[in-house]
Parts: sequence; C-alpha cells; structure tokens
Amino acid sequence: MRAEFTVNLVLVLFALLAPFLGLYPVFLMKLLCFALFACAFNLLFGYTKMLSFGHAAYFGSAAYVTGWLVTTRGWGTIEGILAGVVVSMLLGLVIGAIAVRRQGIYFAMITLALAQVVYFICLQAQFTGGENGLQSIPRGSVLGILALSGDRTMYYFVLAIFIAVYLGIRRIVHSPFGQVLKAIRANEPRAISLGYKVDRYKLVAFVLSASLAGLAGSLKALVLGFVTLTDVSQDTSASVVLMTLLGGSGTFLGPVVGANVVVTLEEYLSDLVGSWVSVIIGAIFVVCIMIFRRGFVGEIQRRFRRRTDSP
Amino acid sequence: MTTVFGVPLPAILGQLMLGLVNGSFYALLSLGLAVIFGLLGVVNFAHGAFYMLGAFAAYIGLQFLGVNYWLALLLAPLAVGVLGIIIERLFLRHLYQLEPIYGLLLTFGIALIAEGIMRSQFGASGKSYPVPELLRGGFNLGFMVLPIYRAWVVLASVTVCGMTWFLIERTRLGAMLRAATENAKLTQAFGINVPVMVMLTFGAGVALAALAGVLAAPVVQVSPLMGSSLVIVVFAVVVIGGMGSIAGAIVSGLVLGLIEGFTKVIYPEASNIVVFVIMAVVLIWRPAGLFGKEQ
Repeated sequence: MRAEFTVNLVLVLFALLAPFLGLYPVFLMKLLCFALFACAFNLLFGYTKMLSFGHAAYFGSAAYVTGWLVTTRGWGTIEGILAGVVVSMLLGLVIGAIAVRRQGIYFAMITLALAQVVYFICLQAQFTGGENGLQSIPRGSVLGILALSGDRTMYYFVLAIFIAVYLGIRRIVHSPFGQVLKAIRANEPRAISLGYKVDRYKLVAFVLSASLAGLAGSLKALVLGFVTLTDVSQDTSASVVLMTLLGGSGTFLGPVVGANVVVTLEEYLSDLVGSWVSVIIGAIFVVCIMIFRRGFVGEIQRRFRRRTDSP
Repeated sequence: MTTVFGVPLPAILGQLMLGLVNGSFYALLSLGLAVIFGLLGVVNFAHGAFYMLGAFAAYIGLQFLGVNYWLALLLAPLAVGVLGIIIERLFLRHLYQLEPIYGLLLTFGIALIAEGIMRSQFGASGKSYPVPELLRGGFNLGFMVLPIYRAWVVLASVTVCGMTWFLIERTRLGAMLRAATENAKLTQAFGINVPVMVMLTFGAGVALAALAGVLAAPVVQVSPLMGSSLVIVVFAVVVIGGMGSIAGAIVSGLVLGLIEGFTKVIYPEASNIVVFVIMAVVLIWRPAGLFGKEQ
C-alpha cells in the first residue's frame, strides 16, 4: 500500500513538472487523454471482465459533440465537455442495455457491432463533417475566467481532470458498488443467488465507463483541435483494449502505463516504419495474450506481492 | 414500367441480386465462424483477414505464378487453411483453457498482422481480378440482365454451404465433430483424436473464408482491408442466427444479404447499418439468436 502511494506521488510530481522538463505539452495532453480513456475502459473490463470492443463509439461521439458545439454553436468549453459526456452516457445506456443481455464474447461482438452503427452515423451525418471531420476547434476558456489557449494552462486543466477522475475511479472500485462488481466478475450465478440485480450493476458500470470514455474524447477534441473518423473507428476501440491489456487490466496504474506506451509507439513508429506499425501493434497484441496476460503493472504487482507474502 | 416504392423493378431486382451475392459471402463466412466457434469456443476475429488472404492468394497466383481462377479456387483455400492450422498449433491451442475473450483478442492481433503485411507489400488501394472467361457475360431474363458470374457465386456458395451442412449433420465424421463439440473429454475417451480434429476444423473453417475470398475477388476490389469491416457484419450475422447453429448461420447470412440489398433500394443511407439494427432487435426479442438455444 505504502509503495503504491509513493509511486503515485512520484508520478503526480513528475506530471506537474513535465512541461518544464522540455516535454512537448500537446503530446503530454494527448497521453493524458488516452490514459483517461484507458482508465475508463479498465473500469469496465478490469473489474467486470466485460470486454467492450466498441469503446471508440463513446470516445468519438463525445469528441464530435463537444467539437461541434464549441466550434459552430459557440458553446463554452465546460458546457461543451458536459454535453459530450451526456451524449456518450446516453449512448452507453442504450448500447449497454442491449449488450448486457449477453455475456463474454457475445458481449464483445454486440458492442463492436453497435459501435459500427455509431461509426456509420458519424460518417453520414452533417454535423460531423463526414470524411473531413471537424477542424480548428477552439479551446475557449473555463467559464470565461481562465483562457485555455496556452498549452501549459490547458495541460494543467487536463491534468486536474485526469487526477480527479483517476481518484474517482479508485473510489468507485473500493466502494460497496465496486465490490459487487468484483463479486459478479468472480461468480455471476452466485451473485444472482445472493439477490443482486446483476444486469443492473453491469449496466451502471457500462454507463459509467462510457461517460468517462466520453470525457476523454471531449478533452481530446479540445486538446488537439480536431476530430476525425478515426476517433470513432474500430482501430481506436482496439487500441484502448491493447493499452489496458498491456499495462495490466484490473490495476489502477496499468491503463495509464499502457496508454503511454501505445500512444508513444504509434506516434514515433508511424514516421519510422509506415504501414508496418499495424504489424507491430498486432504482434504486441499476440505476445501480450500469449505470455503477458497480466500486463506490466499486473506482473510487477504479482512479483512484489509474492516477495512480501513470503516470510 | 413497373415500380415498387417509386423505384423501377429492374433496379430493385439488380440490388436484390447484389444483396444475394453479398449474402452468399456472409453465409460462407458465418458458417466457418460458427463451425470454429462450436468446436473451439473461439470467435475468430481473423476470419475477415483470412477472407482477404484468400482473395490475395488468387490475385498473386494469377499475377505472378500463372495460376488460373479454377485452380485458385482449390489452391487458395488449401494454402490459407494450412496457414490457419499453423496458427492454431502455435497460438490458439494454448488458450483453450482460458476465457474465450483471449482467443478473440489473439485472433484480432493476427488480423492486424496479416492486414499490415499485405498493406506494406501491396499498398492500400484495391486490385482488380478479371472475371474468368467462362463466366463472363450475362443471361437476359427479359426484365433484367443477370451477370453469369454473380449467379455462379450464389450457386457455388449455396452448394458449398449445403455440403458442409450435410457433412456436419448427416455423416459419421460430422457426428464425431458434434460429439466433440458437446463434450470433448468424453469423445476423446472413446478413442477419437480430438486435438487433431480441432486443428483440422479450424483449418477447414479458415479455408471456407479463403474460398469466399476467391469467389469475391472478381466482384470486389482485392485490398488488404477488404475483410476488416466485413468481419463485423459477419459477427452480427452469427449473433442474429445464433452462434452454435450451422443452418442458422447459412440461412441468416443469405437472408440478411437480401435485406441489405433491399435497404439499398428504399433507404440507401441505412444500408450499412441495417444488419446491426436487426441484430439489436433480435437480441431484445430473443437473446440467444433466431436459431440458437439458450444455454
């Protein structure tokens, strides 16, 4: 516990100082957005074992809604973000209500298929800009007081939200609600026989995860100033799965680590090796599934526990 | 001229024919997916990639090795099937005792690798594959011209699906396969080599996908990404049909192809999503799928 606290403290200090260490703030913000996205995904996958293969639907649709409202409707930044989150929450409610009726791989296939519907809607709708997407989205300001146009200000804004959500997720997982989710993960029939309305718990977890994924998407739209079809695509859904697996699903820090690794890889490899990038990502997927199912953080935690457990 | 919903009849029939052709691909692909799932409990995400590899095998055969269409129809599924067997032995075999989602994720990774390699070798743009000479032209049915190749695709795929159904449901080999699906350990205790059967089943399912790829090569553009969105539609098709059901996979594949074609006529914007919407409705109404049994 103490070790974990120290690690978290060091990471927060590092994140606070990062813009002064010569790291490019926009890239750091991109990392934070995807880390937030992966944390949201992990809340569902890591603690309920429900594999949603369509999380880009919530990420991307919130990004589109926020981007559109802020750019063409003149909405404020905060209102825009909130609207994005509400849309992804409603979307999560509809898709979740259908998907929780089946388990395991069926759940994965259904979320994937319904996310594809969202993709096609974004492709054909007017407000999304179709193939072009949305461009030059202004960052605006926090309630007209704090202008976010500066990269450093924006960075601390995103970091504050990220830390708040990260702590919130910890709280949710440790809460009685989180314990019930873990019970459902461990033995669903037993949870049902104990009187828990399992489907309702799953749906709440799904909606929470979708809303937070939406928050990540909205922030990403503001940070980078553009939204494209990639944000709602199957590729984004897959890459959040990879981030979570690689970092360690069911751990708090795992998704953060995984997102950093995957985003950095994608960023630098795409210049270096072109279309081989998907081969490399695919190979990481295979290696991860074959020999590294706990992920980085999961593996470290296991070693650490084993050492402290033995007398 | 006769019109339906304000659309001339020949246009409708043309779209329905296209829908039926797509439906044949759905049927072949979802059949393979259902057979693999039945025995291995693995949802093969790489199914679309194997379909793509089948089409590319035909293309490469014709361009570089002088293998004609008819030979490719035999050789491409064989080659891709062998590749499938290698993948089963190297990777999938070690995941059977784990939760099925790991199989899904592994095959997804394999699909990424296959698509990435093909893209780096052949680029992202589509390649065209000529229609074999014997099947060029069309029948004039009076109210529309039916391209011979399209009719051939439907005929070939329905025949192959029917044969597969017969093999699984009506022969001794199929009985063993069904027994192993029901209870692998007990079947093995009766002296049937289940691991080999699993391996060959995966190979056969993958070969069906490759066959669909070869059949598709002359009617669609052969490109590295041709399978990646198709596989999602096929997932929806098997969810609608009910995962374990062989006949369900075939019938719902063909029917959904037709429905998709019909939607293209009356409301083109929805044609990409109609299958998914039907899936959602079916799930609300019958969670196990139309032909599936509730476990």
